[in-house]
Amino acid sequence: MTTVARTGAQPDRLSAGELAAVRADFPLLGRTVRGGRPLVYLDSAATSQKPQVVLDTEVDFYEERNAAVHRGAHQLAEEATEAFEDARGDVAAFVAARPGEIVWTSGATAAINLVTYAISNATLGRGGEAARRFALAPGDEIVVTEAEHHANIVPWQELAARTGAVLRWFGVDDDGRIRVEDAASVITERTRVVAFTHVSNVTGAVTPVEPIVSRAREVGALTVLDACQSVPHLPVDLHELGVDFAAFSAHKMLGPTGVGALYGRRELLEALPPVTTGGSMIEVVTMAESTYMAPPQRFEAGTQAVAQVVGFGAAARYLHELGMAGVAAHEHELAAELLRIGEIPGVRIIGPAEPVDRLAVVSFVVDGVHAHDVGQVLDDAGIAVRVGHHCAQPLHRRFGIAATARASASVYTTREDVETFREALAGVRAFFSVD
Amino acid sequence: MSSIEQMYQQVILDHAKTPHGRGLVDVPDGASSGQSHQVNPTCGDEVTLRVELERAGEDGAPVIGRVSWDGQGCSISQASLSVLTDLVTGRPVPEAEHLGEVFRDLMGSRGSGLDETAEDELGDATAFTGVSRYPARIKCALLGWAALRDSLVTSGALDHTTAARAATTTEENR
Repeated sequence: MTTVARTGAQPDRLSAGELAAVRADFPLLGRTVRGGRPLVYLDSAATSQKPQVVLDTEVDFYEERNAAVHRGAHQLAEEATEAFEDARGDVAAFVAARPGEIVWTSGATAAINLVTYAISNATLGRGGEAARRFALAPGDEIVVTEAEHHANIVPWQELAARTGAVLRWFGVDDDGRIRVEDAASVITERTRVVAFTHVSNVTGAVTPVEPIVSRAREVGALTVLDACQSVPHLPVDLHELGVDFAAFSAHKMLGPTGVGALYGRRELLEALPPVTTGGSMIEVVTMAESTYMAPPQRFEAGTQAVAQVVGFGAAARYLHELGMAGVAAHEHELAAELLRIGEIPGVRIIGPAEPVDRLAVVSFVVDGVHAHDVGQVLDDAGIAVRVGHHCAQPLHRRFGIAATARASASVYTTREDVETFREALAGVRAFFSVD
Repeated sequence: MSSIEQMYQQVILDHAKTPHGRGLVDVPDGASSGQSHQVNPTCGDEVTLRVELERAGEDGAPVIGRVSWDGQGCSISQASLSVLTDLVTGRPVPEAEHLGEVFRDLMGSRGSGLDETAEDELGDATAFTGVSRYPARIKCALLGWAALRDSLVTSGALDHTTAARAATTTEENR
């Protein structure tokens, strides 16, 4: 199980010099906003900024290697294919998976949808005998959690509606942590799929994966992990976590938009029927029927986002070279600093108040001031935070609120960023004359 | 004045703090009325707005007798609902619809405001000029106006094709 370092010395965190070097790698961080204020970017959980090497890698691909991948015998096609597949290897290695277990998608949302539609197709009998293990029957159960991003709720609601399966869910406690202790009652003999987040994009809470996976295995259910908020911030070993599928996106981990990855245990991907069909995923096509390639190509019909994939690989290498243990330790300190906003009168944190098994994504409300208004005053000070429900309406409803403001850090975030944020936040209630 | 101070004018802060028309009021039996629930899907803000219509005025158009609403949202959306309540209560429906159009134009003005005639018509609502500089906040100011137009359509006092055409025009102008 991947957990966050708890307390004590963090000898492997990024040094001040390393952090300064990291920041210099991100051209956007040097700009000013709203009339010349230095940018304080605290919205990395929505999307991260990109280091120069990612931008250069994409440009270099177009300038030097651009060609269709996996077809054509010319040199450019060879080089483009090599860059494309090297990226797969680098992204796979980054999450301790094998290259053949990584499917490119347009993002994490598409990755989760791919799983749900593949299960639908298996339910309709596609994929033959091998895919029967995925088929759902009316009354079968799909389990999610109240802490999920909409991308890990809505596709499962749709799958349930298409198949007659029943959607159930884990609740969360008052700290916003998934009530994993309910695993034995929520996951039943009828459960076929358990989809849950590794780290909440609202509360920052890290889910203990092991108890959920072991209960799911007990009843023969598949596990699907939303790893969008963990992979960019923690060392993640998907084999060790033991989940069957996982989804994460490039743009939250310093990579380009428009590309993400679906991880699937090799044995499962081999049995899973395709979803999007057409070119690049077939073996033999006759007018009557077709046979399909092995994964991952089976799930990559049509032209992929090749330059973005290559940029995704560069992002994974960049983080790998920094060292994820150091990144995690750095962000652990930032989490502790961010959580100090709880000391500001009128500020209430939604999520665990202590930096234990929680990451540097901190959602909060300010008594008497709506989140949008909080965000606007912070923006005026050059501070970018997210406001709204962060695509997690059920979780907000659980806490009886419609919207929160959220500050989130990444590898390039500094303590000074957090201090500037805390100072500006302390002035918000005065701006609106709230006492 | 900084642009954030231009956005949060005192009149807006005052309306947000003590909004007019908040609290849905029951419509008396037999009275003509309309109601609309509007949600801002990006932030989850929502409002339910009810209009009660009085018999036709001199020109034959129904008159808005009372506006009441319930909802939660940011200071911009709440203040806009409050100002709207003051502005359209007692007005014939076509006039209220016209004011809505003028307000939508103001929101499309990117902070530059409208001419004097239009600003005279809008009164307190002119204070939202600063909001129009912030594209992400325009929808907050428009939430109540969308609910008003929809409630007038559901009441039958406003032809839905006219309203739809107006809505399309507004979108195109943005």
